[in-house]
Amino acid sequence: MLIKRPCDIKPSEITPYGVYLRRREFVKAGLAAVAGAAGLFAGCLVSAQGAPAKLAGVRKSNFSTMEQPNSYKEITRYNNYYEFGTEKSDPADYATKLRTRPWAVVVEGEVKRPKTFGIEELLKFSLEERIYRMRCVEGWSMVIPWVGFELKRLAEQVEPTGNAKFVEFVTALQPENMPGVRLPVLEWPYLEALRIDEAMHPLTLLAVGLYDEALAKQNGAPIRLVVPWKYGFKSAKSIVRIRFVEKQPKIAWEKAASHEYGFYSNVNPDVDHPRWSQATERRLGQDGLFSPKRKTLMFNGYGDQVASLYTGMDLSKFF
Amino acid sequence: MKQAMPRARSPAVLSPRVLAWTKALLFVLCLGPLARLVIGAPLDLLGVNPVETIRRSTGTWTLALVLATLSVTPLRRFTGWHWLARLRRMLGLYAFFYAVLHLTSYVWLEQFFDGAAIVKDIVKRPFITIGFAAFAMMVPLAVTSTDAMVRRMGGKNWIALHRLVYALAVCGVIHYWWLVKRDITQPAIYALVLALLLGFRAAYAFRKRAP
Repeated sequence: MLIKRPCDIKPSEITPYGVYLRRREFVKAGLAAVAGAAGLFAGCLVSAQGAPAKLAGVRKSNFSTMEQPNSYKEITRYNNYYEFGTEKSDPADYATKLRTRPWAVVVEGEVKRPKTFGIEELLKFSLEERIYRMRCVEGWSMVIPWVGFELKRLAEQVEPTGNAKFVEFVTALQPENMPGVRLPVLEWPYLEALRIDEAMHPLTLLAVGLYDEALAKQNGAPIRLVVPWKYGFKSAKSIVRIRFVEKQPKIAWEKAASHEYGFYSNVNPDVDHPRWSQATERRLGQDGLFSPKRKTLMFNGYGDQVASLYTGMDLSKFF
Repeated sequence: MKQAMPRARSPAVLSPRVLAWTKALLFVLCLGPLARLVIGAPLDLLGVNPVETIRRSTGTWTLALVLATLSVTPLRRFTGWHWLARLRRMLGLYAFFYAVLHLTSYVWLEQFFDGAAIVKDIVKRPFITIGFAAFAMMVPLAVTSTDAMVRRMGGKNWIALHRLVYALAVCGVIHYWWLVKRDITQPAIYALVLALLLGFRAAYAFRKRAP
């Protein structure tokens, strides 16, 4: 079922994709002027990225939200990718070093036909655009036009057995390219997992692109998970291994602080993080500086599709 | 009191003219972080999450200025530059100024004046409780910062009251430590600097007491 919400955004607050490049030039010029005149340092916005590869033949999807997507710049300049540092600007600054070719994803475990997929093979899956809301556990959100395919379609090729109760995602660890892994901020490689029914849900996506282009490295190139009804950290980046397992794995944030981050981590306005409320969120790029935060929706607004997965569960206990 | 001067050139006191210029320069310098926010907000230079930038910047500068205030005495003892003491009030008041901005950013931009949510936060979330406590301790220090207040209170009482700065500095660092999600590098640096500044005072007091 598709949730359609009226567009409640002022046109003046929207930055369309086509305009962001021009705006960046303007910002750069403004920055130079300000820095020159006042001698103030305001942060360097110059990015040194090559042109990413375009993705062809991308279908639209009924699962997409009608909401206004964030600009490419917003999505690629404000990231949590701790392997490259804990500042939001670190991934954009340092992820250029991530080696994304050659790349393969090992799919193994409780499956009839384990298989290693080369990235070229994965890019041949029929791709569709999924414009999803993304709610970070920190209390901010964006709307992101991902390009990818359902995880379920990959699973069909390896045929999980009856023992496959959970799916584990292991992400890339390249210490020579990842300045953030020198500190034991989290256990590396970063590990995430879903229950099998969550993993096989049609909303659960393996994304390879963003805005019709191959995924930017700071967003988890070349292939990442997207689970829109859960907090953003559940959507593991730069995946190298997908393992179907019988026992519930312990995910990276659970190991780091199990009283604050649970296995499920479904977006839930009624269950606060111990240190901050989850009742509201700030929609980056769209809510103005002086506008109040908006209400967070149960399951990030995907309740009609996913609430039935959790029938009978105490979500304040299984947070 | 005679004290060894590390460098003969270091002036213990500045002429009134030079001191006035030094103060004016410091005054303008301390406005820099605010200027960055005020100029940067309309020009879209504060990043993807401007509210977070404002909240973090004002918080960081509050803490930095509290530590700067606390480093005046040790620096003065090491260098013999006694005129540094004449800058301390401005540093302290600027710390309070940025704390007010920090609190305002929380009350306005973060909670949008939702009184119930703010009270709930202060009661329920330890990092906010302690941050609020640190701010509350700054208020009497700012209020009694004038020469007239020093005279009215008497030097001894005034000094006793202003020892609160040690407690509020500790609360400020804990506030920062407790709010970070995982990577404690930054708050640890502030904690280390504060430990050095307080350690210096402890060592100095101990040495003075020893025969």
